[in-house]
Amino acid sequence: MMLIPCPFCGDRSESEFAYGGPVKPDRPDPHAASDEDWVDWLTTVPNPLGPVQERWWHVRGCGTWLTIWRDTRTHDIVEGPGDAG
Amino acid sequence: MQRYSIFSLLRHARNGHTTWAPAWRSPPLKESYDVVVIGAGGHGLATAYYLAREFGITDVAVLERGWLGGGNVARNTVTVRSNYMRDASIPFYVKSVALYEGLTDELNFNLMHSKRTMIDVVQTYPKMRELRRRQLIMDIYGSTYERISTEEVRRRIPALTGGGPDARLPVIGGMVHTDAGVNRHDAVAWAYARGADARGVEMHQQTPVTRLLRGRDGAIEGVETTRGIVRARKVAVAVSGHTTTLTETVGLRLPLRTMNLTAFVSEPVKPLVDVVVNCPDSGFYFSQSDKGEMVIGGAPDMGQSFRRDVKQHVFEDTVTALLSLFPSFSRLKLLRQWGGHVDITPDASPIMDETDVPGLFVTAGWWGGYKAIPAGGLTLAHLIARGEPHPLMAPFTMNRFKHLDYVMESGTTTAR
Repeated sequence: MMLIPCPFCGDRSESEFAYGGPVKPDRPDPHAASDEDWVDWLTTVPNPLGPVQERWWHVRGCGTWLTIWRDTRTHDIVEGPGDAG
Repeated sequence: MQRYSIFSLLRHARNGHTTWAPAWRSPPLKESYDVVVIGAGGHGLATAYYLAREFGITDVAVLERGWLGGGNVARNTVTVRSNYMRDASIPFYVKSVALYEGLTDELNFNLMHSKRTMIDVVQTYPKMRELRRRQLIMDIYGSTYERISTEEVRRRIPALTGGGPDARLPVIGGMVHTDAGVNRHDAVAWAYARGADARGVEMHQQTPVTRLLRGRDGAIEGVETTRGIVRARKVAVAVSGHTTTLTETVGLRLPLRTMNLTAFVSEPVKPLVDVVVNCPDSGFYFSQSDKGEMVIGGAPDMGQSFRRDVKQHVFEDTVTALLSLFPSFSRLKLLRQWGGHVDITPDASPIMDETDVPGLFVTAGWWGGYKAIPAGGLTLAHLIARGEPHPLMAPFTMNRFKHLDYVMESGTTTAR
Protein backbone atom coordinates (compact mmCIF):
# COMPACT_ATOMS: atom_id res chain seq x y z
CA MET A 1 0.00 0.00 0.00
CA MET A 2 1.42 3.37 -0.99
CA LEU A 3 0.96 6.63 0.87
CA ILE A 4 0.38 9.26 -1.79
CA PRO A 5 1.05 12.90 -0.90
CA CYS A 6 -2.05 14.98 -1.61
CA PRO A 7 -1.30 18.72 -1.65
CA PHE A 8 -4.46 19.38 0.39
CA CYS A 9 -4.86 16.30 2.61
CA GLY A 10 -1.27 15.20 3.24
CA ASP A 11 -0.13 11.59 2.91
CA ARG A 12 -3.20 9.43 2.20
CA SER A 13 -3.68 5.72 1.52
CA GLU A 14 -3.51 4.59 -2.10
CA SER A 15 -7.01 3.09 -1.77
CA GLU A 16 -8.45 6.64 -1.73
CA PHE A 17 -7.01 7.33 -5.19
CA ALA A 18 -7.85 6.38 -8.73
CA TYR A 19 -4.96 5.88 -11.14
CA GLY A 20 -4.86 8.37 -14.00
CA GLY A 21 -2.09 6.90 -16.14
CA PRO A 22 1.41 8.07 -16.96
CA VAL A 23 1.98 11.68 -17.94
CA LYS A 24 2.12 12.05 -21.72
CA PRO A 25 3.33 14.92 -23.85
CA ASP A 26 0.74 17.56 -24.73
CA ARG A 27 -1.92 16.32 -27.12
CA PRO A 28 -0.90 17.26 -30.66
CA ASP A 29 -3.45 18.79 -32.99
CA PRO A 30 -4.62 15.69 -34.91
CA HIS A 31 -5.12 17.75 -38.08
CA ALA A 32 -1.63 19.20 -37.95
CA ALA A 33 0.32 16.19 -36.64
CA SER A 34 1.60 13.47 -38.96
CA ASP A 35 -0.15 10.10 -38.77
CA GLU A 36 2.91 8.58 -37.10
CA ASP A 37 3.07 11.23 -34.40
CA TRP A 38 -0.66 11.06 -33.76
CA VAL A 39 -0.68 7.25 -33.45
CA ASP A 40 2.42 7.37 -31.29
CA TRP A 41 0.71 9.82 -28.95
CA LEU A 42 -2.42 7.66 -28.80
CA THR A 43 -0.75 4.30 -28.22
CA THR A 44 2.69 4.67 -26.68
CA VAL A 45 3.63 5.79 -23.20
CA PRO A 46 6.95 5.80 -21.35
CA ASN A 47 7.53 2.38 -19.73
CA PRO A 48 10.74 2.94 -17.77
CA LEU A 49 12.45 0.52 -15.43
CA GLY A 50 12.71 3.29 -12.86
CA PRO A 51 10.91 6.56 -12.12
CA VAL A 52 7.74 7.26 -14.10
CA GLN A 53 5.64 10.40 -13.83
CA GLU A 54 1.96 9.69 -13.38
CA ARG A 55 -1.36 11.24 -12.47
CA TRP A 56 -3.60 10.19 -9.60
CA TRP A 57 -7.10 11.38 -8.72
CA HIS A 58 -7.96 11.73 -5.03
CA VAL A 59 -11.47 10.52 -5.81
CA ARG A 60 -12.35 9.23 -2.32
CA GLY A 61 -10.86 12.35 -0.73
CA CYS A 62 -10.79 15.98 -1.77
CA GLY A 63 -11.16 15.26 -5.49
CA THR A 64 -7.98 16.90 -6.72
CA TRP A 65 -5.72 15.58 -9.48
CA LEU A 66 -2.06 15.36 -8.65
CA THR A 67 1.18 14.30 -10.29
CA ILE A 68 3.88 12.17 -8.70
CA TRP A 69 7.06 10.40 -9.74
CA ARG A 70 7.01 6.74 -8.76
CA ASP A 71 9.78 4.19 -9.17
CA THR A 72 8.32 1.17 -11.01
CA ARG A 73 10.90 -1.15 -9.45
CA THR A 74 10.00 -0.37 -5.83
CA HIS A 75 6.78 1.73 -5.91
CA ASP A 76 8.61 4.35 -3.86
CA ILE A 77 7.46 7.89 -4.54
CA VAL A 78 10.61 9.69 -5.53
CA GLU A 79 11.94 13.07 -6.47
CA GLY A 80 11.59 13.24 -10.25
CA PRO A 81 13.90 14.75 -12.82
CA GLY A 82 11.33 17.41 -13.68
CA ASP A 83 8.30 17.42 -15.91
CA ALA A 84 8.03 14.43 -18.28
CA GLY A 85 5.53 16.13 -20.59
CA MET B 1 17.68 -37.71 -25.82
CA GLN B 2 17.17 -40.35 -23.18
CA ARG B 3 13.58 -41.63 -23.25
CA TYR B 4 11.66 -41.45 -20.01
CA SER B 5 9.51 -44.53 -19.35
CA ILE B 6 8.71 -47.07 -16.68
CA PHE B 7 11.57 -49.17 -18.02
CA SER B 8 14.16 -46.38 -17.86
CA LEU B 9 12.91 -45.58 -14.36
CA LEU B 10 13.44 -49.20 -13.27
CA ARG B 11 16.82 -49.41 -15.00
CA HIS B 12 18.14 -46.26 -13.33
CA ALA B 13 16.55 -47.17 -9.99
CA ARG B 14 18.68 -50.33 -10.01
CA ASN B 15 21.74 -48.04 -10.15
CA GLY B 16 20.47 -45.85 -7.34
CA HIS B 17 19.43 -43.12 -9.80
CA THR B 18 23.07 -42.16 -10.32
CA THR B 19 23.11 -42.87 -14.06
CA TRP B 20 20.56 -40.32 -15.38
CA ALA B 21 21.97 -37.95 -18.00
CA PRO B 22 21.27 -34.24 -17.54
CA ALA B 23 18.03 -33.18 -19.28
CA TRP B 24 19.94 -30.65 -21.37
CA ARG B 25 23.58 -29.81 -22.09
CA SER B 26 25.52 -26.75 -20.92
CA PRO B 27 27.74 -26.03 -23.92
CA PRO B 28 30.15 -23.08 -24.13
CA LEU B 29 28.69 -19.86 -25.54
CA LYS B 30 29.61 -19.40 -29.22
CA GLU B 31 30.27 -16.06 -30.87
CA SER B 32 27.46 -16.33 -33.37
CA TYR B 33 24.26 -18.23 -34.09
CA ASP B 34 21.64 -18.25 -36.84
CA VAL B 35 18.97 -17.23 -34.32
CA VAL B 36 19.21 -15.86 -30.79
CA VAL B 37 16.12 -16.11 -28.59
CA ILE B 38 16.21 -13.87 -25.51
CA GLY B 39 14.37 -15.36 -22.56
CA ALA B 40 14.18 -19.04 -21.56
CA GLY B 41 10.56 -18.84 -20.50
CA GLY B 42 7.60 -20.62 -22.02
CA HIS B 43 7.46 -18.63 -25.26
CA GLY B 44 11.23 -18.46 -25.75
CA LEU B 45 11.76 -22.19 -25.25
CA ALA B 46 8.73 -23.14 -27.35
CA THR B 47 9.96 -20.88 -30.16
CA ALA B 48 13.40 -22.51 -30.08
CA TYR B 49 11.86 -25.99 -30.02
CA TYR B 50 9.59 -25.37 -33.03
CA LEU B 51 12.39 -23.61 -34.94
CA ALA B 52 14.36 -26.85 -34.67
CA ARG B 53 11.52 -29.35 -35.04
CA GLU B 54 9.32 -27.70 -37.66
CA PHE B 55 11.80 -25.66 -39.65
CA GLY B 56 15.14 -27.45 -39.16
CA ILE B 57 16.87 -24.35 -37.77
CA THR B 58 19.06 -25.80 -35.04
CA ASP B 59 21.84 -23.21 -34.70
CA VAL B 60 19.83 -21.44 -32.04
CA ALA B 61 20.83 -20.03 -28.65
CA VAL B 62 18.32 -19.24 -25.92
CA LEU B 63 19.81 -16.64 -23.57
CA GLU B 64 18.36 -16.36 -20.08
CA ARG B 65 19.33 -13.82 -17.43
CA GLY B 66 18.27 -16.01 -14.50
CA TRP B 67 17.42 -19.67 -14.59
CA LEU B 68 15.44 -21.58 -17.18
CA GLY B 69 11.70 -21.39 -16.56
CA GLY B 70 12.09 -18.92 -13.70
CA GLY B 71 10.13 -16.02 -15.13
CA ASN B 72 6.44 -15.70 -15.87
CA VAL B 73 6.16 -19.36 -16.88
CA ALA B 74 6.60 -20.03 -13.15
CA ARG B 75 4.43 -17.08 -12.12
CA ASN B 76 0.95 -17.79 -13.39
CA THR B 77 -2.06 -19.90 -12.51
CA VAL B 78 -1.53 -22.59 -15.22
CA THR B 79 -5.01 -22.20 -16.70
CA VAL B 80 -5.30 -23.33 -20.32
CA ARG B 81 -8.51 -22.30 -22.12
CA SER B 82 -9.87 -20.96 -25.40
CA ASN B 83 -13.03 -19.04 -24.49
CA TYR B 84 -12.29 -15.89 -26.41
CA MET B 85 -14.53 -13.49 -28.28
CA ARG B 86 -12.92 -12.53 -31.58
CA ASP B 87 -12.24 -14.31 -34.86
CA ALA B 88 -8.62 -13.21 -34.48
CA SER B 89 -8.16 -14.93 -31.13
CA ILE B 90 -10.31 -18.06 -30.93
CA PRO B 91 -8.54 -20.22 -33.59
CA PHE B 92 -5.17 -19.29 -32.11
CA TYR B 93 -6.13 -20.45 -28.62
CA VAL B 94 -8.01 -23.52 -29.91
CA LYS B 95 -4.77 -24.53 -31.60
CA SER B 96 -2.79 -23.85 -28.44
CA VAL B 97 -5.11 -25.96 -26.27
CA ALA B 98 -4.93 -28.79 -28.83
CA LEU B 99 -1.13 -28.63 -28.89
CA TYR B 100 -0.98 -28.70 -25.09
CA GLU B 101 -3.07 -31.86 -25.01
CA GLY B 102 -0.55 -33.66 -27.22
CA LEU B 103 2.64 -32.31 -25.64
CA THR B 104 3.11 -34.99 -22.99
CA ASP B 105 3.43 -37.64 -25.72
CA GLU B 106 5.32 -35.46 -28.15
CA LEU B 107 7.94 -34.31 -25.66
CA ASN B 108 8.07 -37.54 -23.63
CA PHE B 109 7.59 -35.54 -20.45
CA ASN B 110 4.55 -35.72 -18.19
CA LEU B 111 2.95 -32.27 -18.20
CA MET B 112 0.20 -33.62 -15.91
CA HIS B 113 -2.31 -31.99 -18.22
CA SER B 114 -5.70 -32.17 -16.56
CA LYS B 115 -8.54 -31.25 -18.89
CA ARG B 116 -10.89 -30.52 -16.07
CA THR B 117 -13.31 -27.87 -17.45
CA MET B 118 -13.69 -24.24 -16.45
CA ILE B 119 -16.96 -22.94 -15.04
CA ASP B 120 -17.69 -19.21 -15.15
CA VAL B 121 -19.87 -18.23 -12.21
CA VAL B 122 -21.96 -15.37 -13.59
CA GLN B 123 -23.52 -12.75 -11.33
CA THR B 124 -24.70 -10.01 -13.70
CA TYR B 125 -26.85 -10.04 -16.83
CA PRO B 126 -24.46 -7.95 -18.96
CA LYS B 127 -21.72 -10.51 -18.32
CA MET B 128 -24.10 -13.35 -19.11
CA ARG B 129 -25.03 -11.70 -22.40
CA GLU B 130 -21.38 -11.19 -23.29
CA LEU B 131 -20.47 -14.81 -22.52
CA ARG B 132 -23.47 -16.08 -24.51
CA ARG B 133 -22.25 -14.00 -27.41
CA ARG B 134 -18.80 -15.52 -27.02
CA GLN B 135 -20.44 -18.95 -27.11
CA LEU B 136 -21.98 -18.27 -30.53
CA ILE B 137 -18.63 -17.20 -32.01
CA MET B 138 -16.70 -20.02 -30.33
CA ASP B 139 -19.14 -22.51 -31.85
CA ILE B 140 -17.86 -21.53 -35.30
CA TYR B 141 -14.30 -22.49 -34.37
CA GLY B 142 -15.09 -25.72 -32.53
CA SER B 143 -14.49 -24.43 -29.01
CA THR B 144 -17.09 -25.50 -26.48
CA TYR B 145 -19.06 -23.17 -24.26
CA GLU B 146 -22.42 -23.90 -22.74
CA ARG B 147 -24.80 -22.23 -20.35
CA ILE B 148 -25.89 -24.03 -17.17
CA SER B 149 -28.40 -23.11 -14.49
CA THR B 150 -27.57 -21.80 -11.02
CA GLU B 151 -28.63 -25.14 -9.53
CA GLU B 152 -26.24 -26.97 -11.84
CA VAL B 153 -23.42 -24.53 -10.98
CA ARG B 154 -23.95 -25.23 -7.27
CA ARG B 155 -24.19 -28.98 -7.86
CA ARG B 156 -20.87 -29.01 -9.68
CA ILE B 157 -19.12 -26.63 -7.26
CA PRO B 158 -20.47 -27.60 -3.83
CA ALA B 159 -18.12 -25.17 -2.05
CA LEU B 160 -19.93 -22.28 -3.75
CA THR B 161 -22.26 -21.39 -0.88
CA GLY B 162 -22.24 -17.57 -1.19
CA GLY B 163 -24.00 -15.45 -3.81
CA GLY B 164 -27.51 -16.47 -2.67
CA PRO B 165 -30.72 -14.61 -3.56
CA ASP B 166 -30.09 -11.99 -0.85
CA ALA B 167 -26.51 -11.26 -1.89
CA ARG B 168 -25.64 -7.99 -3.59
CA LEU B 169 -24.69 -9.98 -6.69
CA PRO B 170 -26.62 -13.26 -6.65
CA VAL B 171 -25.34 -16.08 -8.85
CA ILE B 172 -27.59 -16.15 -11.94
CA GLY B 173 -26.03 -19.03 -13.83
CA GLY B 174 -22.84 -20.37 -15.27
CA MET B 175 -20.95 -21.08 -18.45
CA VAL B 176 -19.09 -24.35 -18.90
CA HIS B 177 -15.92 -24.47 -21.01
CA THR B 178 -14.99 -28.15 -21.24
CA ASP B 179 -11.78 -27.59 -23.24
CA ALA B 180 -10.12 -25.82 -20.32
CA GLY B 181 -7.61 -27.44 -18.04
CA VAL B 182 -4.52 -27.00 -15.93
CA ASN B 183 -1.07 -28.54 -16.13
CA ARG B 184 2.35 -28.30 -14.55
CA HIS B 185 4.26 -25.14 -15.44
CA ASP B 186 7.76 -26.38 -14.59
CA ALA B 187 7.20 -29.43 -16.76
CA VAL B 188 6.21 -27.22 -19.71
CA ALA B 189 9.46 -25.25 -19.49
CA TRP B 190 11.63 -28.30 -18.87
CA ALA B 191 9.98 -30.42 -21.56
CA TYR B 192 10.41 -27.76 -24.24
CA ALA B 193 14.01 -27.16 -23.11
CA ARG B 194 14.76 -30.88 -23.26
CA GLY B 195 13.10 -31.26 -26.66
CA ALA B 196 14.96 -28.25 -28.06
CA ASP B 197 18.28 -29.41 -26.62
CA ALA B 198 17.86 -32.83 -28.22
CA ARG B 199 17.59 -31.11 -31.61
CA GLY B 200 20.74 -29.03 -31.12
CA VAL B 201 19.42 -25.82 -29.56
CA GLU B 202 21.67 -24.37 -26.85
CA MET B 203 20.33 -22.95 -23.61
CA HIS B 204 22.53 -20.46 -21.77
CA GLN B 205 21.36 -19.56 -18.29
CA GLN B 206 22.87 -16.74 -16.20
CA THR B 207 23.48 -14.83 -19.43
CA PRO B 208 21.71 -11.46 -19.17
CA VAL B 209 21.37 -9.53 -22.41
CA THR B 210 22.28 -5.93 -21.69
CA ARG B 211 21.78 -4.40 -25.10
CA LEU B 212 20.65 -5.17 -28.64
CA LEU B 213 23.14 -4.41 -31.40
CA ARG B 214 22.22 -2.82 -34.71
CA GLY B 215 24.47 -3.00 -37.75
CA ARG B 216 25.38 -0.21 -40.16
CA ASP B 217 22.52 -1.25 -42.47
CA GLY B 218 20.06 -0.74 -39.58
CA ALA B 219 19.32 -4.44 -39.24
CA ILE B 220 19.89 -6.41 -36.07
CA GLU B 221 23.42 -7.69 -35.73
CA GLY B 222 23.44 -9.44 -32.39
CA VAL B 223 23.21 -8.86 -28.67
CA GLU B 224 25.56 -7.74 -25.96
CA THR B 225 25.55 -9.97 -22.88
CA THR B 226 27.50 -9.96 -19.66
CA ARG B 227 29.48 -12.85 -21.17
CA GLY B 228 30.39 -10.99 -24.34
CA ILE B 229 28.85 -10.18 -27.69
CA VAL B 230 26.78 -12.82 -29.47
CA ARG B 231 26.12 -12.22 -33.16
CA ALA B 232 22.97 -13.25 -34.99
CA ARG B 233 21.02 -11.92 -37.97
CA LYS B 234 17.76 -12.89 -36.31
CA VAL B 235 16.96 -12.09 -32.70
CA ALA B 236 13.67 -12.87 -30.96
CA VAL B 237 12.74 -11.01 -27.79
CA ALA B 238 10.58 -13.11 -25.44
CA VAL B 239 11.11 -11.36 -22.13
CA SER B 240 7.55 -10.28 -21.14
CA GLY B 241 7.68 -7.20 -18.88
CA HIS B 242 11.20 -6.18 -19.90
CA THR B 243 10.47 -6.02 -23.64
CA THR B 244 10.57 -2.23 -23.82
CA THR B 245 13.70 -2.11 -21.66
CA LEU B 246 15.49 -4.16 -24.32
CA THR B 247 13.98 -2.66 -27.46
CA GLU B 248 14.74 0.88 -26.27
CA THR B 249 18.44 0.02 -26.56
CA VAL B 250 17.97 0.20 -30.35
CA GLY B 251 15.68 3.21 -30.13
CA LEU B 252 12.51 1.23 -30.75
CA ARG B 253 9.37 2.45 -28.97
CA LEU B 254 6.63 -0.15 -28.50
CA PRO B 255 3.05 0.39 -27.30
CA LEU B 256 3.54 -1.65 -24.13
CA ARG B 257 3.01 -0.98 -20.44
CA THR B 258 4.41 -3.31 -17.80
CA MET B 259 2.02 -4.22 -15.00
CA ASN B 260 2.03 -6.51 -12.01
CA LEU B 261 -0.35 -9.48 -11.96
CA THR B 262 -0.49 -11.50 -8.77
CA ALA B 263 -1.58 -14.89 -7.51
CA PHE B 264 -1.39 -16.84 -4.28
CA VAL B 265 -1.71 -20.39 -3.06
CA SER B 266 -3.36 -21.88 0.02
CA GLU B 267 -2.31 -24.80 2.17
CA PRO B 268 -3.25 -28.18 0.66
CA VAL B 269 -6.68 -29.49 1.59
CA LYS B 270 -8.76 -32.53 0.61
CA PRO B 271 -10.22 -32.52 -2.94
CA LEU B 272 -12.98 -29.95 -2.90
CA VAL B 273 -13.23 -28.30 -6.32
CA ASP B 274 -12.56 -30.35 -9.46
CA VAL B 275 -12.95 -27.59 -12.07
CA VAL B 276 -11.32 -24.23 -12.74
CA VAL B 277 -13.65 -21.68 -11.18
CA ASN B 278 -13.78 -18.22 -12.76
CA CYS B 279 -15.91 -15.45 -11.27
CA PRO B 280 -15.68 -12.56 -13.77
CA ASP B 281 -18.15 -10.31 -11.95
CA SER B 282 -16.35 -10.65 -8.63
CA GLY B 283 -12.87 -10.46 -10.15
CA PHE B 284 -11.10 -13.67 -9.14
CA TYR B 285 -10.50 -17.23 -10.32
CA PHE B 286 -9.00 -20.34 -8.80
CA SER B 287 -8.40 -24.03 -9.22
CA GLN B 288 -7.27 -26.76 -6.86
CA SER B 289 -3.88 -28.20 -7.67
CA ASP B 290 -3.11 -31.91 -7.64
CA LYS B 291 -1.44 -31.36 -4.28
CA GLY B 292 -4.69 -29.90 -2.95
CA GLU B 293 -3.68 -26.24 -2.81
CA MET B 294 -6.09 -23.56 -3.95
CA VAL B 295 -4.34 -21.54 -6.66
CA ILE B 296 -6.02 -18.13 -6.63
CA GLY B 297 -5.62 -15.18 -8.98
CA GLY B 298 -7.20 -11.76 -9.21
CA ALA B 299 -6.99 -8.50 -11.07
CA PRO B 300 -3.76 -6.63 -11.83
CA ASP B 301 -2.46 -3.71 -9.84
CA MET B 302 -3.07 -0.27 -11.30
CA GLY B 303 -0.16 1.55 -12.81
CA GLN B 304 3.10 0.35 -14.24
CA SER B 305 5.18 -1.94 -12.09
CA PHE B 306 8.28 -4.08 -12.35
CA ARG B 307 7.81 -5.52 -8.86
CA ARG B 308 7.33 -9.25 -8.41
CA ASP B 309 5.33 -9.33 -5.22
CA VAL B 310 1.72 -8.80 -4.15
CA LYS B 311 0.29 -5.39 -3.34
CA GLN B 312 -1.66 -5.58 -0.09
CA HIS B 313 -4.82 -3.89 -1.32
CA VAL B 314 -4.96 -6.00 -4.51
CA PHE B 315 -4.62 -9.06 -2.31
CA GLU B 316 -7.36 -7.86 0.07
CA ASP B 317 -9.74 -7.07 -2.80
CA THR B 318 -9.24 -10.54 -4.27
CA VAL B 319 -9.70 -12.32 -0.94
CA THR B 320 -12.82 -10.25 -0.13
CA ALA B 321 -14.35 -11.23 -3.46
CA LEU B 322 -13.34 -14.87 -2.97
CA LEU B 323 -14.91 -15.08 0.50
CA SER B 324 -18.17 -13.50 -0.67
CA LEU B 325 -18.79 -16.56 -2.87
CA PHE B 326 -16.75 -19.19 -0.96
CA PRO B 327 -17.18 -18.24 2.73
CA SER B 328 -15.79 -21.58 3.93
CA PHE B 329 -12.39 -20.58 2.53
CA SER B 330 -12.00 -18.03 5.35
CA ARG B 331 -10.21 -20.70 7.41
CA LEU B 332 -7.68 -21.50 4.68
CA LYS B 333 -4.11 -20.50 5.40
CA LEU B 334 -2.16 -19.06 2.50
CA LEU B 335 1.26 -20.50 1.84
CA ARG B 336 2.76 -18.53 -1.02
CA GLN B 337 2.18 -15.41 -3.04
CA TRP B 338 3.84 -14.05 -6.13
CA GLY B 339 3.54 -11.47 -8.85
CA GLY B 340 4.76 -11.44 -12.39
CA HIS B 341 5.15 -8.50 -14.71
CA VAL B 342 3.08 -8.62 -17.83
CA ASP B 343 3.36 -6.14 -20.67
CA ILE B 344 0.01 -4.87 -21.86
CA THR B 345 -0.78 -3.42 -25.28
CA PRO B 346 -3.51 -0.78 -25.78
CA ASP B 347 -5.95 -3.53 -26.88
CA ALA B 348 -4.65 -6.18 -24.41
CA SER B 349 -3.94 -8.62 -27.26
CA PRO B 350 -0.41 -9.79 -28.01
CA ILE B 351 2.13 -8.55 -30.53
CA MET B 352 4.04 -11.18 -32.51
CA ASP B 353 5.86 -9.51 -35.33
CA GLU B 354 9.11 -8.45 -36.91
CA THR B 355 9.82 -4.92 -35.74
CA ASP B 356 10.97 -1.89 -37.70
CA VAL B 357 14.50 -3.14 -37.02
CA PRO B 358 14.99 -5.86 -39.66
CA GLY B 359 15.72 -9.24 -38.07
CA LEU B 360 14.40 -8.22 -34.65
CA PHE B 361 11.26 -10.14 -33.66
CA VAL B 362 9.16 -9.62 -30.57
CA THR B 363 6.58 -11.75 -28.87
CA ALA B 364 5.06 -9.45 -26.29
CA GLY B 365 1.87 -8.18 -24.78
CA TRP B 366 0.97 -11.57 -23.35
CA TRP B 367 -1.65 -11.17 -20.69
CA GLY B 368 -2.39 -14.77 -19.83
CA GLY B 369 0.39 -15.96 -22.08
CA TYR B 370 0.71 -19.33 -20.40
CA LYS B 371 -2.13 -20.87 -22.39
CA ALA B 372 -0.59 -19.48 -25.56
CA ILE B 373 2.86 -21.00 -25.17
CA PRO B 374 2.57 -23.83 -27.77
CA ALA B 375 0.79 -21.81 -30.45
CA GLY B 376 2.88 -18.71 -29.69
CA GLY B 377 6.09 -20.67 -30.07
CA LEU B 378 4.97 -22.43 -33.23
CA THR B 379 3.75 -19.29 -35.00
CA LEU B 380 6.73 -17.14 -34.00
CA ALA B 381 9.09 -19.88 -35.22
CA HIS B 382 7.16 -19.85 -38.52
CA LEU B 383 7.64 -16.09 -38.84
CA ILE B 384 11.36 -16.27 -38.02
CA ALA B 385 12.00 -19.19 -40.37
CA ARG B 386 9.80 -18.25 -43.33
CA GLY B 387 9.75 -14.48 -42.99
CA GLU B 388 5.99 -14.37 -43.28
CA PRO B 389 3.40 -14.63 -40.52
CA HIS B 390 1.66 -17.90 -39.73
CA PRO B 391 -2.06 -17.50 -40.57
CA LEU B 392 -3.00 -17.96 -36.91
CA MET B 393 -0.83 -15.06 -35.78
CA ALA B 394 -1.49 -12.74 -38.70
CA PRO B 395 -3.91 -10.50 -36.76
CA PHE B 396 -1.41 -9.83 -33.96
CA THR B 397 0.86 -7.48 -35.87
CA MET B 398 2.51 -4.31 -34.73
CA ASN B 399 0.88 -2.58 -37.69
CA ARG B 400 -2.57 -2.77 -36.15
CA PHE B 401 -1.56 0.05 -33.83
CA LYS B 402 -0.24 2.14 -36.69
CA HIS B 403 -3.66 1.82 -38.34
CA LEU B 404 -5.56 1.89 -35.02
CA ASP B 405 -7.15 -1.38 -36.11
CA TYR B 406 -7.41 -2.95 -32.66
CA VAL B 407 -8.32 -6.55 -31.84
CA MET B 408 -11.18 -5.73 -29.47
CA GLU B 409 -10.86 -8.86 -27.38
CA SER B 410 -12.79 -9.13 -24.14
CA GLY B 411 -11.70 -12.67 -23.35
CA THR B 412 -8.08 -11.81 -22.56
CA THR B 413 -8.47 -11.58 -18.81
CA THR B 414 -10.17 -14.29 -16.88
CA ALA B 415 -11.04 -12.14 -13.94
CA ARG B 416 -12.82 -9.14 -15.45
